[in-house]
Amino acid sequence: MRSETFASRIGPVLTIVATIIVIWYAAAVWMNAPFQRDLDRRGDVTSTTMEFIAKTLSQPKPIVPAPHQVAQNVFENTFLRKVSSNRSLVYHSWVTLSSTLAGFAFGTLLGVLIAVGIVHVKALDRSLMPWIIASQTVPILAIAPMVVVVLAAINVTGLIPKALISTYLSFFPVAVGMVKGLRSPDIIQLDLMRTYNASRWQTFWKLRVPASMPFLFTSMKVAVAASLVGAIVAELPTGAAAGIGSKLLAGSYYSQTIDMWAALIAGSLLAVILVTIVGIGARLIDRRMGVRPA
Amino acid sequence: MNASASSVVSARKLGLTFQTSDGPVHALSVVDLEVEKGDFVSFIGPSGCGKTTFLRVIADLEKNTAGEITVNGMTPEEARKSRCYGYVFQAPALYPWRTIEKNVVLPLEIMGYSKTEQKQRVQRTLDLVNLTGFGKKYPWQLSGGMQQRASIARALAFDADLLLMDEPFGALDEIVRDHLNEQLLKLWAATEKTICFVTHSIPEAVYLSTKIVVMSPRPGRVTDVIHSTLPRERPLEIRETPEFLEIAHRVREGLRAGHSYEE
Repeated sequence: MRSETFASRIGPVLTIVATIIVIWYAAAVWMNAPFQRDLDRRGDVTSTTMEFIAKTLSQPKPIVPAPHQVAQNVFENTFLRKVSSNRSLVYHSWVTLSSTLAGFAFGTLLGVLIAVGIVHVKALDRSLMPWIIASQTVPILAIAPMVVVVLAAINVTGLIPKALISTYLSFFPVAVGMVKGLRSPDIIQLDLMRTYNASRWQTFWKLRVPASMPFLFTSMKVAVAASLVGAIVAELPTGAAAGIGSKLLAGSYYSQTIDMWAALIAGSLLAVILVTIVGIGARLIDRRMGVRPA
Repeated sequence: MNASASSVVSARKLGLTFQTSDGPVHALSVVDLEVEKGDFVSFIGPSGCGKTTFLRVIADLEKNTAGEITVNGMTPEEARKSRCYGYVFQAPALYPWRTIEKNVVLPLEIMGYSKTEQKQRVQRTLDLVNLTGFGKKYPWQLSGGMQQRASIARALAFDADLLLMDEPFGALDEIVRDHLNEQLLKLWAATEKTICFVTHSIPEAVYLSTKIVVMSPRPGRVTDVIHSTLPRERPLEIRETPEFLEIAHRVREGLRAGHSYEE
């Protein structure tokens, strides 16, 4: 029964993955063919179709690297290098991860504080929300270099500027989600607290906070992914020596497309892991709160 | 105010007008009423007659805009602040993240009872509503009737003398309802509380009450107050007796007199 549901879940995913890989190979051949043709003409090489296709899939600096090239790169740089090596994806992922987590923690905290303020103080409700929404319409690619440069001018470098960009992106979903969550109790549940002559503080802790938990975790899932994007974007203009962002940048400088794709894959894996961890957290809280299993 | 000493709720010319965008709505108008200690008073009438509003005024969930009202000799706000009443809503309003036990403990936590006191009271009130052994369940694991019983236990836990019940069994089927009515009477006899009970079922009102307040809408007002002649001890079969049917008839007449059957 259990394995059956597992199979029915994993089946569609694998189908999509297979489809993507097929399209990816086709795209690699098609995109790399002109350059290969050019190369062959100049080298006066004639080859069969199969040989030609094989060559398009094994260029050192292809326009679109083939899946197996990327996979090999990821594997080598993850498992075959020392973790402290500058070429290790684990090392770069860790650099990005640390600022992602710091930014996510700050962002969640800030988002919750803002939500609590908005729910409890009428003036904040009216004044803060438009600004919060406006903050997210500013393109992060424009803001990030300024923040990094300004902070560097006052000798704040390293993790903090990157974490700040992550914070900037991640506080928003949490703030919006928590405002909704803290306001989610029914009138009847609030009336009940009133009949007990409960204080605001008691109503907050015993009703609003528990009622907001599902909203918190849903928005944290969005926030953690946004934090990662923030950290990667923040690594681009810093000329950061390390991190997935700097790996992407270096790859584009030196046309190391395979390296770039490998870094992208590492970033996606990181995102999947982070979102999964938040999801597991949500499920643990659900279980503690006696939520009816679906 | 010359309310007698035994009067729990005393309303004089009570009025409440809601200001809405469509103009004022007279939810209650010139309501005079005494609820004596130990009474079981039902408020009956069609929707919009102000019966729930009246209960909410007693509970200080709404403020009257005219007249006077005292609860236990105090203003409703003072009465609420000194936790004079337990309120049972139309829906159980149990907190889904708390077990039944924890839901019943909620008012005790808020009112600062000690842990041992909390334990004893939860045990006692769950026994009282026949939910012994269900304390560790979550609300969704219980039927609608059991959930409403749990919410009654929650209202009883801190031993307020006055119990305000707003159509507590309205959403339940008739079989469960009969059963709960019978249990409620036993509970009332055992705890000697004063109960104000809102309903729109004539048999329910007649079966339960010592006093039936018939109300009519637009403006919400009291059209008749019927003192029941039925004995306090009431088996379900009492509903077949001529005496019961006569009271029911009078309630129906009262509702008709208030033009409640129109529209």
